[in-house]
Amino acid sequence: MHQALRGAALGLTLAAGFVSPLAAKTLVYCSEGSPEGFNPAFFTAGTTFDATSRQVFDKLVQFERGTTKIVPGLAESWTVSEEGLEYTFKLRKGVKFHTSKSFKPTRDFNAQDVIFTFERQWKTENPYHTVSGGAYEYFNSMDMPKLLKSIEAVDDYTVKFTLNEPEAPFLANLGMDFASIQSAEYADAMAKAGTQTKVDQEPVGTGPFQFVGYQKDAVIRYRANEAYWAGKAPIDTLVFSITPDASVRYAKLKAGECHVMAYPNPADLAAMRTDPAVNLMSQEGLNVGYLAFNTEKAPFTDTKVRQALSMAVNKDAIIEAVYQGAGKKAKNPIPPTIWSYNDKIEDTKYDPEAARKMLADAGFPNGFETDLWAMPVQRPYNPNARRMAEMVQADWAKVGVKAKIVSYEWGEYLRRTKDGEHQTMLMGWTGDNGDPDNFLYVLLGCEAVGSANRARFCYQPFNDLLVKAKRTPDVAQRTKFYEDAQAVFKEQAPWITVAHSVVYEPIRKEVQNYKIDPFGGHIFYGVDLK
Amino acid sequence: MFRFILTRFSLIIPTFIGVTLLTFALIRLVPGDPVELMAGERGISPERHAELRAAMGLDKPLMVQYGTYIADVVRGDLGQSVVTRTPVLDEFLTLFPATIELSVCAILFAMIIGLPLGIIAAVKRGSVFDHSLMGISLTGYSMPIFWWALLLILLFSVNLGWTPVSGRISVMYWVEPVTGFLLIDSLLSDEAGAFSSALSHLILPAIVLGTVPLAVIARMTRSSMLEVLGEDYIRTARAKGLAPFRVIAQHALRNALIPVVTVIGLQVGVLFAGAILTETIFAWPGIGKWLIESVSRRDYPVLQGGVLLVAAVIMLVNLLVDLTYGILNPRIRHGGH
Repeated sequence: MHQALRGAALGLTLAAGFVSPLAAKTLVYCSEGSPEGFNPAFFTAGTTFDATSRQVFDKLVQFERGTTKIVPGLAESWTVSEEGLEYTFKLRKGVKFHTSKSFKPTRDFNAQDVIFTFERQWKTENPYHTVSGGAYEYFNSMDMPKLLKSIEAVDDYTVKFTLNEPEAPFLANLGMDFASIQSAEYADAMAKAGTQTKVDQEPVGTGPFQFVGYQKDAVIRYRANEAYWAGKAPIDTLVFSITPDASVRYAKLKAGECHVMAYPNPADLAAMRTDPAVNLMSQEGLNVGYLAFNTEKAPFTDTKVRQALSMAVNKDAIIEAVYQGAGKKAKNPIPPTIWSYNDKIEDTKYDPEAARKMLADAGFPNGFETDLWAMPVQRPYNPNARRMAEMVQADWAKVGVKAKIVSYEWGEYLRRTKDGEHQTMLMGWTGDNGDPDNFLYVLLGCEAVGSANRARFCYQPFNDLLVKAKRTPDVAQRTKFYEDAQAVFKEQAPWITVAHSVVYEPIRKEVQNYKIDPFGGHIFYGVDLK
Repeated sequence: MFRFILTRFSLIIPTFIGVTLLTFALIRLVPGDPVELMAGERGISPERHAELRAAMGLDKPLMVQYGTYIADVVRGDLGQSVVTRTPVLDEFLTLFPATIELSVCAILFAMIIGLPLGIIAAVKRGSVFDHSLMGISLTGYSMPIFWWALLLILLFSVNLGWTPVSGRISVMYWVEPVTGFLLIDSLLSDEAGAFSSALSHLILPAIVLGTVPLAVIARMTRSSMLEVLGEDYIRTARAKGLAPFRVIAQHALRNALIPVVTVIGLQVGVLFAGAILTETIFAWPGIGKWLIESVSRRDYPVLQGGVLLVAAVIMLVNLLVDLTYGILNPRIRHGGH
């Protein structure tokens, strides 16, 4: 007993001393989960990209921090041939790969590294293609195998990509996480040593932070790359403290155990706003939450019915109740932060009377019955799909349309809606590369029916505009096509565009120069501590 | 004795088959497809979908899948996580020491506090102390773990600043895993202060995880003590004029402890179950959190392998407990055979 008390007392004294001496400028980020692995080409989850491509690697082109603007990365400049088929990149000279426990680079970054990065994902005969079970989901889903004709090194510092057909969004694709440039020399060295999988476990990149170590499900540690081509990061050490529970992340932020935290609980936002230690940053997300009509199933084959039901939904009430103010009413399928957003378009007015009349014109004076599918999970673009579905159901009931709410487990929901089992459904999207094509063609193009086009919307005049925009490298022309496409979209109404949600990032007051990434990532290069 | 051990061992085989069959069937009965979950909103073409399912071995009939799985298990191969692509056994061995460390500390906490409290309550039966203790222990037994954990974090970590909020050690330390037990590894490392940091990180999770066992142990000790205290030999001891402390400590406690030890043994399963929640809240990198994530990601190999390994550990502990009884008490060793 006596002993036990002494033990407890010792515990308490020790506890008081848990704050250990800080290393020179260490930034701690409380992340929401563990990375799936350390090669960004294998995965599609933002959590993994935060831990890999966004700190350790560079891409040929990058997005300016805090924007979706494409700027030079490992490529200093590029030219696109007139017909839009050849992309020639001039590579940056004197860029060093990191030195790790297992690898010391003997040469600077060059064209071989670019070729290795893409051929590993693309060519089945590449000796690294199957290493670590290689399934390159993002590379495949961005249709890269279909697009690429060849990649060649013109000289050590010039790489030429040739495409099978013109594809203007291609440049933005190269700024995505799967296109993180890997070291060919490292891969060769590991192949010689017979430890190929190390390339995917101990990442070596050219990025602002160098990977130091990972303790599974607990912590990832990085140190600033002294030789970073754009200048050393202001902080010296970067630590990811993996903390899956949002309330606990906030407690850690308050206690000073982390400086930046991922994904706050919506319920905690009010307290964060008044917390003197916390700076709550916010920005409109690169996303859209929508309701899709299955345009292949009657009565939703009729544009009038779709328009009437759009008119019947009170979006303001949804923004208030579902997004609790943290959302902006959406009138277009792309968010306002993306270029070519057509602000001239007028949103459908909430008007149940007119909706009822329009339904009668379409041959449904007494309305009809339908289903309305709601996601079982919280997503960045829709915090509570179930609640949203109930509100839409009530709105539709006012115009005589009886909707039955249907829900399945998330994986099952994805599969069944992809197969078109639904009549109407809730869904949403977060952009990959900031190109309007990544919303419009991926979600509404004819080719995407059966995958991400859950409205199964294939309207030739609309699709033609998207294809034309894809084929033109000229941004002014592309903008025009996309603006027109948004007008066609509004008149066809394959979706009810509900909202663009707002992203919140709580950081401690001593954190300086942090910028919210429109892609939902967490980027620590350029961030400083007071 | 040999026959006793043999009987105990032969019981393990059907249990093992049961566990594999159950986990295999249950996770497949839950709707949801790991490939769809990976693809998310983007969707995936039917061809690519089929390709990936085939790569995971999910295209074969269920019976064949189960057969392959069992054959692999017998060979000691638990497969690879479909998410991280690392062998299930490696992941388990990396994470399991953290769970053991936490569980051992939790049960020590429960015993160190629970046993004396139970004894005092029994001795002072009917007193205010006894009644309030039993009331509190019932509360402790029924306390939702996540709520209790958050309450302690808010009080001790956020408001008072006595303990760290979560994790196993301050992120300022980097202790290379040698044994996997951080209390030991931190002593072996040359990082000054790592040990006290690791210890301070253990306090709250151990209390949270130890709360239910603590309540159970205190109540069990009390009732078992009460039973023993009513025995004739205790009356005799008292009549002989022995000091009350000696009567309780030497004569009563020894016999009262036997059922308590049984209960402590049974708490192993409770601890693992509780570890799932405790680990998620305290960001404790153990197998509880790992298994929960495998369910939401439909990571079949991790879930099957993980549950099997946990079941194996529990069976092993129970076997050891049974064997200990067999040694301690000949009536059990020979009973029924």
